[in-house]
Amino acid sequence: MNVLIDKFDVFAGGFWLTLQICVLAAIGALILGTVVAVLRISPVPPLRALGTAYVTVFRNMPLTVVMFFAAFGLPALGSNADFLRIPVIDSLFTRLGTDLPYFRFALIALVLYTAAFVCEALRSGVNAVPAGQAEAARSLGLTFGQNLRHVVLPQSWHASVVPLGSVIIAMIKNSALAGFFGVVGDLSATADQLTGAEGYAFIPVAIGISIGYLIMTVPLGALLDRIEKRQAVAR
Amino acid sequence: MTTGEPLIVLDAVNKWFGPLHVLDDVSLSVGRGEVVVVIGPSGSGKSTLCRAINRLEPINSGTITFDGQPLPAEGKALAKLRSEVGMVFQSFNLFAHKTILENVTLGPIKVRKEKPAAARERGLALLDRVGIANQADKFPAQLSGGQQQRAAIARALAMQPKAMLFDEPTSALDPEMVGEVLDVMTSLASDGMTMVVVTHEMGFARHAANRVIFMADGQLVEDAPPTEFFANPRSERAKDFLSKILTH
Repeated sequence: MNVLIDKFDVFAGGFWLTLQICVLAAIGALILGTVVAVLRISPVPPLRALGTAYVTVFRNMPLTVVMFFAAFGLPALGSNADFLRIPVIDSLFTRLGTDLPYFRFALIALVLYTAAFVCEALRSGVNAVPAGQAEAARSLGLTFGQNLRHVVLPQSWHASVVPLGSVIIAMIKNSALAGFFGVVGDLSATADQLTGAEGYAFIPVAIGISIGYLIMTVPLGALLDRIEKRQAVAR
Repeated sequence: MTTGEPLIVLDAVNKWFGPLHVLDDVSLSVGRGEVVVVIGPSGSGKSTLCRAINRLEPINSGTITFDGQPLPAEGKALAKLRSEVGMVFQSFNLFAHKTILENVTLGPIKVRKEKPAAARERGLALLDRVGIANQADKFPAQLSGGQQQRAAIARALAMQPKAMLFDEPTSALDPEMVGEVLDVMTSLASDGMTMVVVTHEMGFARHAANRVIFMADGQLVEDAPPTEFFANPRSERAKDFLSKILTH
């Protein structure tokens, strides 16, 4: 078990990188997922079809395949995903700005894949709002956007928050795939490096990276439980 | 009572729910200031008729004209039309996450872009008019059914509509609360509001309506002043309906 102490800095570095991927991917997936959800409930049929197509593709494809497309498809199309080298943000999350594009590719794959699930979690919340609420808003003359913003979404939030949390927890665990698609130094790649290149025993290393993921997921789960209990009391 | 061209005109309106012909060639016109009560057995299409007028239910054929304009398709123009037609629902549909006063001021502030202070002041006056000014800062779930429905009427009135649609406004209420809602509606009617009221309240139809429409199986069967309709219904269906509801 000495590896946990001897290589603490390696574990800590892996944790930090995975946390960066997860924070960025969660922000991206929440934004994109909201956009797709709005498309899927829009009154305009072509927009609805576009949203549905998006969810059908990215919810039903294995994340590994999406990662392959990002890591090999984007370079084949001549893109290094340089649009993600966003000033200021790339000084905080330094990997966004590196010449090696695999952090950005993994991020894109994770966002595209998770957004489909975010969309469906949000939509399940919207469906939990009684239809009469939106009808009353429409009959007052509120537009689709005003209806969503002032009437439907504020009430759907309660029903969305728990499934949304599950989606984000799943995303944190899914981020482990990034290490196998060229991202050097995240938690899962750390395991590979320590057991493969440096010859440490597998089980202690696996325990170490498990602790790393649990530090991110367990508090998030506990937070969700608290939110759920507060809602139950308020109801 | 009625002046100039009619406010609401339905011409040969048809609507199907799948194989069910809910509105069968319905033509109707409602004059300005007129109070039209729609009665009939359940499933006769009267709620659908009411909801078609502000296009909450799109129709399959025919035309509906409001204030000289055909109903627009989904979009900004339809939103504008709906803002001019107040609607009151059977299940109130007050916004559950907003206070009573916020319910009343949401439309004026967001749709009409009124100043919040002015909208508040007018909202409070409307709540006072329907007798629940002291409930302004409560949430809908804290009010009785009758109070909620009066709040819903105030919410619709806050848009200063040209007409009001009532879709069975008292059907979800406990019996002792029906009167307070009908009182508000009666006072609206006597103030000259154009109203289309789907209801089972025959007393309201008798004393507040200018015309009674009787519907059955999606068809508009009778259209007569209330005294005439209740004394001498012409069709067998109307006689049958009235005998069933008036004998108990």
